[in-house]
Amino acid sequence: MLTFFGKRLLQLLPTLLFVSLIIFLLQHLLPGDPALVMAGEEKDPQVIAQIRAQYHLDQPIPIQYLYWLNGVVHGDLGESLRIKQPVLDLVLEKLPVTAQLATIAMLIALVIGIGAGVVSAVKKGSAWDYGANAFALWGISTPNFWLGIMLIFLFSVRLGWLPASGYVSLFEDWRTSLASTIMPAFVLGNAIAAILMRHTRSAMLTVLDSDYVRTARAKGLPERTVILKHAMRNALTPVITLGALEFGTLLSGAVLTEQIFSIPGFGKLIVDAVFNRDYAVVQGVVLVTATIYIVLNLLADIAYVLVNPRLRT
Amino acid sequence: MVDTTEQELLRLALPIESADSPRARAIRALLLRKAAVFGLLLIMLFTGLALLAPLIAPYDPTAQSWANVRKAPSLAHWFGTDEVGRDVLSRLLYGARASLMAGGISIAIALSIGAPLGMVAGYLGGFVDALLSRLTDAMLAIPFLILAIALAAFLGPSLGNAMIAIGVSTAPIFVRLTRAQVMTVKVEDYVEGARAVGNPRWRIAVVHILPNIVPALLVQATLSIAAAIIAEASLSFLGLGQQPPAPSWGSMLNSAQRFLASAPWLAIWPGIAIFLTVLSFNLVGDGLRDALDPRRR
Repeated sequence: MLTFFGKRLLQLLPTLLFVSLIIFLLQHLLPGDPALVMAGEEKDPQVIAQIRAQYHLDQPIPIQYLYWLNGVVHGDLGESLRIKQPVLDLVLEKLPVTAQLATIAMLIALVIGIGAGVVSAVKKGSAWDYGANAFALWGISTPNFWLGIMLIFLFSVRLGWLPASGYVSLFEDWRTSLASTIMPAFVLGNAIAAILMRHTRSAMLTVLDSDYVRTARAKGLPERTVILKHAMRNALTPVITLGALEFGTLLSGAVLTEQIFSIPGFGKLIVDAVFNRDYAVVQGVVLVTATIYIVLNLLADIAYVLVNPRLRT
Repeated sequence: MVDTTEQELLRLALPIESADSPRARAIRALLLRKAAVFGLLLIMLFTGLALLAPLIAPYDPTAQSWANVRKAPSLAHWFGTDEVGRDVLSRLLYGARASLMAGGISIAIALSIGAPLGMVAGYLGGFVDALLSRLTDAMLAIPFLILAIALAAFLGPSLGNAMIAIGVSTAPIFVRLTRAQVMTVKVEDYVEGARAVGNPRWRIAVVHILPNIVPALLVQATLSIAAAIIAEASLSFLGLGQQPPAPSWGSMLNSAQRFLASAPWLAIWPGIAIFLTVLSFNLVGDGLRDALDPRRR
């Protein structure tokens, strides 16, 4: 088991190294002299000189990368040109906001996705099944920013039930927090719910057709027990680990959702940075997002192996 | 020697055999799926509307009219007008061009990067495979839209750069898929046979392996077009795709946000257009996957 963890951790290193290389090379996509482009409208020679020194732009690219990597390893993701704050501080400040949104979104996705998937498989070929499949197709085909706009139109503009924007931490005032988070969380969780529904349905159909479920039924167990205790327990293991992998989709979706609902999180940070040409922040957000995704991937793998002893060898 | 009667029989048998080829069977299986046919019809409809936009659009999509600011749908403007008096229907029709073009071109970019790299990784194996696989893992570790936003931000905002950003961000999926497919196919007897008779590597890859992995790539490409259309709309929504005043469904939704209370139609039509286009590619992609997979037929 320990060998597995060790191997898996070792595999992470080259991936992280490549991620860092890709993110570093992004700044070299800038047309012309990166220092001039990064300085934006302001052509102050002092600012340009500061950027050149900060990014070691007068050095060869491999040396620049090593400087940058050394900084990253020591927690230095650079400094925001606009806010004049370390990028890491900015990211850490925004992270809890997106984490709260993403967690509620994932809970919504798990409840809807697994619920619809199980019902769809158990009632295969019925109106429930068609309805759940239609929901899944709708979920993966609807752009979440449009869904967000439509929900704001309905629940904020027309009915006035929920706030159209803003963010309150759960620890400050949980009622206001839930009221302001429920719409963006649903928007964010909707597409994942659709994906989870499809996987749950497929996994449940396989399990329901297996010998041990047939045996459980033959023993005369009530259908409810067969489904909830025997079938679901086995069918949901891969689905839940898949849910962890879908966190990447959540972080992608958060960019647009936070923009629409004016939530001051991670996604809004990267969009604002893009428009302020604050490239160090863009790089920092991408790096932290990728690292979170890689770590969640590792945790999902470990969880999968922990619940599947056959995979431990 | 084959006599004339036998030759005639063979000739007659050919069409039957070709009609029953895997491709013909897959097309038949696809056309039997109502949802996929509906999707195909929708794609044809949207493509037709996009191509014929200059002929059928009732107004110039960029022509502003201060006398017609935010007019509700009427006989003169079927889908209403926007915040500067432009006809929403005309902008939708021209916007279809940006969306479909972005979907098609970005996936063509993804395929042209991903498929050859996947072939090389899968066929050569060893160090090249390890290197390309780690690079793919690294790119897949960065959430798709975040990578596309970062690329589009550094390349500069434009529809062309958005397509490059989406294409490059989607490429790792095709590297991984092609690699897996090549690894399965390269150990088949007919590939071993081609190698045994002395075919060069490139010929084995292009003539013997590639045709057999096309169906899997086709399914993924169709589903990826759907994702690319959403990604283009997302980038345009953020201001990183199609630049104003050129119409795009994403940027139309962006400006619609400010007028939700007074002009909700501005947000409704572009959203429905994106939804239907994405839905159509998803339906065809699902249908193709089922039609090309014998276990699902």
